[in-house]
Amino acid sequence: MSADMGEQIFSEGVKQKVIVVGNGMVGHRFIEYLLAHERASEFEITTFSDEPRLAYDRVHLSAYFTGSTAADLALTTRERYREQGVNFILNDKVVAIDKVKKTVTTQSGRIEAWDKLVLATGSYPFVPPIPGNDREHCLVYRTIDDLGRIKVSGAQSKVGVVVGGGLLGLEAANALKGMGLETHVVEFAPKLMAVQLDDGGSKLLRRKIEALGVKVHTGKNTKEIVDGTTCRYKMNFADGTSLETDMILFSAGIRPQDELARKNDIALGARGGIEINDNCRTSEKDIYAIGECAVWNGQVFGLVAPGYQMAKVAVAQVTGGNDQFTGADMSTKLKLLGIDVASVGDSIARTPGARCYYYNDDFAEVYKCLVVSNDGKKLLGAVMVGDVEDYGNFQQLMLNQIDLPENPQAMILPGIEGGKPAIGVDALPDAAQICSCYAVTKGSICALVNDGKSLGDIKAQTKASTGCGGCAVLLKQVVNAELAKLGVEVNNYLCEHFKYTRRELADLIRVKKIRTFAALLAEHGSGHGCDICKPAVGSILASFWNDYVLQPDHVGLQDSNDAFLGNLQKDGTYSVVPRIAGGEITPDKLIVLGQVAKKYELYTKITGGQRVDLFGARIDQLPAIWKELVDAGFETGHAYGKAVRTVKSCVGSTWCRYGVDDSVGFAIEIEERYKGLRSPHKLKFAVSGCTRECAEAQSKDVGIIATETGWSLYVCGNGGMRPRHADLLATSLDRETLVRFVDRFLMFYCRTADRLQRTSVWLENMEGGIEYLKQVVVDDKLGLGEELEAAMANVVATYQCEWKTTIENPEQVKRFRQYINSDKTDTSLAYVIERGQRRPATREEREAGKAVELISVKEHST
Amino acid sequence: MSEVWIGVCNEADLVIGAGVCALLEADGKTEQVALFRETPDGPVYAISNHDPIGNANVLSRGIIGSLGSRIVVASPLYKQHFCLESGQCLEDEKASVKAWQVRIARGQVQLKTA
Repeated sequence: MSADMGEQIFSEGVKQKVIVVGNGMVGHRFIEYLLAHERASEFEITTFSDEPRLAYDRVHLSAYFTGSTAADLALTTRERYREQGVNFILNDKVVAIDKVKKTVTTQSGRIEAWDKLVLATGSYPFVPPIPGNDREHCLVYRTIDDLGRIKVSGAQSKVGVVVGGGLLGLEAANALKGMGLETHVVEFAPKLMAVQLDDGGSKLLRRKIEALGVKVHTGKNTKEIVDGTTCRYKMNFADGTSLETDMILFSAGIRPQDELARKNDIALGARGGIEINDNCRTSEKDIYAIGECAVWNGQVFGLVAPGYQMAKVAVAQVTGGNDQFTGADMSTKLKLLGIDVASVGDSIARTPGARCYYYNDDFAEVYKCLVVSNDGKKLLGAVMVGDVEDYGNFQQLMLNQIDLPENPQAMILPGIEGGKPAIGVDALPDAAQICSCYAVTKGSICALVNDGKSLGDIKAQTKASTGCGGCAVLLKQVVNAELAKLGVEVNNYLCEHFKYTRRELADLIRVKKIRTFAALLAEHGSGHGCDICKPAVGSILASFWNDYVLQPDHVGLQDSNDAFLGNLQKDGTYSVVPRIAGGEITPDKLIVLGQVAKKYELYTKITGGQRVDLFGARIDQLPAIWKELVDAGFETGHAYGKAVRTVKSCVGSTWCRYGVDDSVGFAIEIEERYKGLRSPHKLKFAVSGCTRECAEAQSKDVGIIATETGWSLYVCGNGGMRPRHADLLATSLDRETLVRFVDRFLMFYCRTADRLQRTSVWLENMEGGIEYLKQVVVDDKLGLGEELEAAMANVVATYQCEWKTTIENPEQVKRFRQYINSDKTDTSLAYVIERGQRRPATREEREAGKAVELISVKEHST
Repeated sequence: MSEVWIGVCNEADLVIGAGVCALLEADGKTEQVALFRETPDGPVYAISNHDPIGNANVLSRGIIGSLGSRIVVASPLYKQHFCLESGQCLEDEKASVKAWQVRIARGQVQLKTA
């Protein structure tokens, strides 16, 4: 029980006032935790920020340079806070605390009372005291406003220097490089990331960064910043050398923002920071401090996860609980300039007697180091550069002090078959924190698995692995291990006939150039196949070789929809959807659709994909209906296939007063290119002519939006059952580049997705997420770009209208007869008229004799 | 009692690896029969074309394959599997469809109706 407990009086109706000074990531998290608490209704929350906006994601700040907006980075909105009853005051800094009257006063003179005060003022960037550091183009990298200034300065500069070769410094260097500047990193210490990396790791990181064109200068002590000759400024170093640059970013560490505490006699640590105890309480009763402004046990925690832990502890304290902050693990895994870097625990072997294992591969550019205890039994720390897959495992081994396997060096050797000892997640205690961003323990994950929750459910419910993503691999291992315990066999085999995933089968088919299901089954499968593997393999074969799907080798693989090139309806009839590319159709063609629908009495409806759907065609009528449509210039719309369906468009610049570009024209070009591409699941596209986004492209698998600077490409959106907002893949594209990226994206999806996995779920399950996808598609990191484009070119070149091929082939037309031994039609079908059109009769209507017979239809069917 | 075999179509009318539907007229009744053959020389199976779960005449349009040791067709409507030898639904023991014995005689596919 906390000492404060007995004095807390929760009188009914009167809310406790909680003031949170600072609305950064940690302050906001405190508010979220308090709102989620069962006693939330007893508190009135007010938060102050001296920034003009509410909390945003500072961890992913650099995304601001790659197209993300302030809104994308926002962690909440004003509307949301209002709905939640959270009071907020922006642009007004708290300058004084009255500890006796329990009030705060802001710069503008506003006074607010509190019962509990939480200081979450964060930190500020340390700017070394160098003469000239206050010049116009000397900036820091901390807030969204800072980034705005960096953008402005970057636009007027050719050369940029980051002072500081740590974590934040390298982030900042990425931003400069992204703006196209000649980028330099100047570091005082003799190596990069001196806090986290040992010499070997740091050396490889430096080599990789230099290979990207960033110039690294270590061991440089900047003496002064003066006017330059070739550039705006010149930095003079203590060793007599100098460097010319147009702008300078200081990113040499952070300092706790403790000014408010200092001025109001709240105790500070010896080297600054607001001192807190294990309850996150300051020297004053009812005043707490959390996040980077706090110092605990002489230590400031410059990462977000420990800040979140403090927020949790402070909420428990405020609400009468008694959680304790007991320090935090400072392990980190991150991507710096596209390079994977991770450090775990005592990564630089400070522990007396520590011993190390090293692995270095200059070809693959991978470095790993394990720091183990003197007796070799426990892991103390680790460094990984270039391959950070084992991060989660190493972190858990270290945190939980699990005995190392024999020959621990094998853990960092490359994955030679059977050589890598498995680090059983079974060894982890239930209390082991798998996700430190959201404080999710192994025990809570296992409990959810036992409740029948899937990995996706668990991620959604606990948010595990959705913060930094560092624990994604480990989370999956924990879930799979628990499933195995429950006796659920965990494999991703397609079905009982193939002991391969869809992706593996796709690789086999592609690499071995297998062209039929029979050949694949004989070589790599068993049994006869089934309704799972046959359509999946049929789809893969079509994605790569694009043969006619109804040829004798393939016909038995197709689902009924594909087998009869129509969408099977509940009464066994089919619907007919001709392609209307981009949703553009001439009145004459529209009349043809009306005439065909009228002749065959087809129920007619407009689809969401800007086409016309004609329902109720009997199987034996399909060839005749399609002959009329093909003769009138229509093609199949592939509405029946797991294939590219439609490209929806708004009317665009040709008519619209606001249109920026020709969305209809581009939509038609795109639809004509990709029409009929068979894929793991259906694909829907859209093109909008301006950012008003009338085509709703951001809910599509591929969404294209015109902007003043070119086309933006969004991918992996979804409507339907699980709506997902698409992710921005690239911006300011011309048509050709966009088509190349879409080629690569679609073929990569066809090769690697699971069976019936929409692009949205595919991306969510992709390790590295959208950033990885960008590397593959935009940066061509895997070197697959040309190959993927060539594969798509082959599909485009071999396109055929399946209905045209079918009606020209008498053997195929035969398959569409209702009876193989009779010209009779199915007499069991019955309909009623509703709103002027027919629909299938219900069982009750049939029995009551209400159904009408479609006599006219029969006459056309012969 | 003597057996009755009725011819429904020619062997060549079957689609290998998939199904077709034939009309069977016997004892003054007409029935829709789904006929399947996996391989050119393999056995021919005959079950009712009517899916009792989806309540439509569609089973001939399902995908055939094996589940364990049983040869099955998956209904194209809601994907339940029916054993091609017995007509039994694998997912719902109360659902089953009629199955006929089949023989090939002089190139003709014949069903045993009595």
